[in-house]
Amino acid sequence: MKALRNLLDKLHPHFAKGGKLEKLYPLFEAADSFAYTPGEVTDGAPHVRDAIDLKRVMITVVIALIPCFFMAMWNTGFQANSVLQASGGSVEGWRGALLALLGFSADPNSFVDNLLLGAAWFVPIYLVTNIVGGLWEALFSIVRGHEINEGFLVTGSLFPLICPPTLPLWQVALGISFGVVVGKEIFGGTGKNFLNPALTGRAFLFFAYPAQLSGGNSVWIAADGASGATALGRAAEGGVQAVAGMYSWFDAFVGTIPGSMGETSTLACLFGATILVLTGIGSWRIMLSCLLGALSLSALFLLVDSSTNPMFALGPHWHLVLGGFAFGLVFMTTDPVSGAMTEEGQWLYGLLIGAMCILIRVVNPAYPEGIMLAILFGNVFAPLIDQLVLKYHIKRRLRHVEG
Amino acid sequence: MLEHYLSLLMKTIFVENMALAFFLGMCTFLAVSKKVDTSIGLGVAVIVVQTITVPVNNLIYQYLLKEDALIWLGIEGTDLTFIGLICYIGVIAAMVQILEMVLDRYVPALYNALGIFLPLITVNCAILGGSLFMVERDYNFAESVVFGFGSGAGWALAIAALAGIREKMKYADVPVGLRGLGLTFMITGLMAMAFMAFSGIQL
Repeated sequence: MKALRNLLDKLHPHFAKGGKLEKLYPLFEAADSFAYTPGEVTDGAPHVRDAIDLKRVMITVVIALIPCFFMAMWNTGFQANSVLQASGGSVEGWRGALLALLGFSADPNSFVDNLLLGAAWFVPIYLVTNIVGGLWEALFSIVRGHEINEGFLVTGSLFPLICPPTLPLWQVALGISFGVVVGKEIFGGTGKNFLNPALTGRAFLFFAYPAQLSGGNSVWIAADGASGATALGRAAEGGVQAVAGMYSWFDAFVGTIPGSMGETSTLACLFGATILVLTGIGSWRIMLSCLLGALSLSALFLLVDSSTNPMFALGPHWHLVLGGFAFGLVFMTTDPVSGAMTEEGQWLYGLLIGAMCILIRVVNPAYPEGIMLAILFGNVFAPLIDQLVLKYHIKRRLRHVEG
Repeated sequence: MLEHYLSLLMKTIFVENMALAFFLGMCTFLAVSKKVDTSIGLGVAVIVVQTITVPVNNLIYQYLLKEDALIWLGIEGTDLTFIGLICYIGVIAAMVQILEMVLDRYVPALYNALGIFLPLITVNCAILGGSLFMVERDYNFAESVVFGFGSGAGWALAIAALAGIREKMKYADVPVGLRGLGLTFMITGLMAMAFMAFSGIQL
């Protein structure tokens, strides 16, 4: 470790002001603060003494995501292997060759087989996301002279987790480019954006290439010709019976159902939620109010019941474990930049997202899943909510002063 | 019956949002969205103008302009729809003039904040668009009241949200070439993407 520190210190003059490589300082700074605690401290007036900084906040979110990474790989492999076993097929292409080379088969009962096949699908998407997104990040830092931000680690981790496993890699690159550039960098980088960058990229892909993002339900299972609707897709077609006939509630809770890679497991998200709430990085107010909003609206729909729309009958307990609700609630709504910041505002913001998600799922036949657009919708209104809450506070306090 | 009006209201506010689904009234939408207070004021003005002009134009259309509309006078075979545009704009201009005088008298702060943009409501395409949609979709009087209010409210909601975001953008570090209107266009596009959540809802 000492050697690395010495190396960095020796290189520092080249990158510092007046050095030969001055323009590339953001790259040097990124490498330095990746390895060591940054030396800078706040120089502005309100100076809070705290051990937590942006780097630690972001890395905690990444740690909270680890169970989801794990489930993403295992479940992608499990879904594909299950289908392959039933149809008697085998893993095709370079993935099959790789697995054969390593001496593994495609057995859905084997833990390692599932994990490896899943990794063969997940890792390329993850790498493309981080390389392409990282390039944009570095380019903007060098041109605009701001630091390469740890925030990208989170965006780069969230984005692959909300992609279906079969997404073509060039679309992954396009999506993350849109997310990073239009969703974040045009506003000035981390902390300045108003939409969640990962979701912006995902929504862009969703509208631009519907065939690869949900088309024909053949995108959710990474095996050739396998058609497996997501549980929510099934529910939109045939109501709660169609889901319950296929998966138990417990399956959906653990996450052994088809879907975007990281979103299926409510259990893994629950681990993440615990870490985020305990460390105080994710707002428990947003999580709780989002949960309440979704529960109450879906309970209302269950009570009203409709003869024409089977989604009405899908109870609140199903809504929680199906689709991306849990993942979005834990990792996306609590984004401290794009979410509401005032305490009362957070309650409103969470309720809005929870209710919108259920509303889109149940009422809008065009999209079986609603959490992505619900969060973007919440992001759009978060600044207004904050403004109004602040105005209310100012007005209330003025009354004390004037009274 | 009530359900029909309620779903029409929801549809005009969210699904067919004047600003973010049809991109109508963009000039004022982009120009007067710098501050939340002003934009809410303008939003309310648009709601008021829209709620009055659309039903008034509806009456004019139903009883004067439409094919055989003058039958209540005993005149048959008339079709005055060709002067529709002029009539609607006339009504809108008169309404805005009255509103301007009322604001000047009772809410001078808002009157000053809105400035030139208040008279410009006259040529706000969202307002004229509301009347033209009303004709095209053949709404009856009650529907036109709901539609007028809903389309105004949807536009007001959109401009208030945009103003909230733009006030937040004061603390952003936007590339020089994009500052101001450029970024506002991008924000509007991203907002419209979020509003796509409603597209496809059948009410």
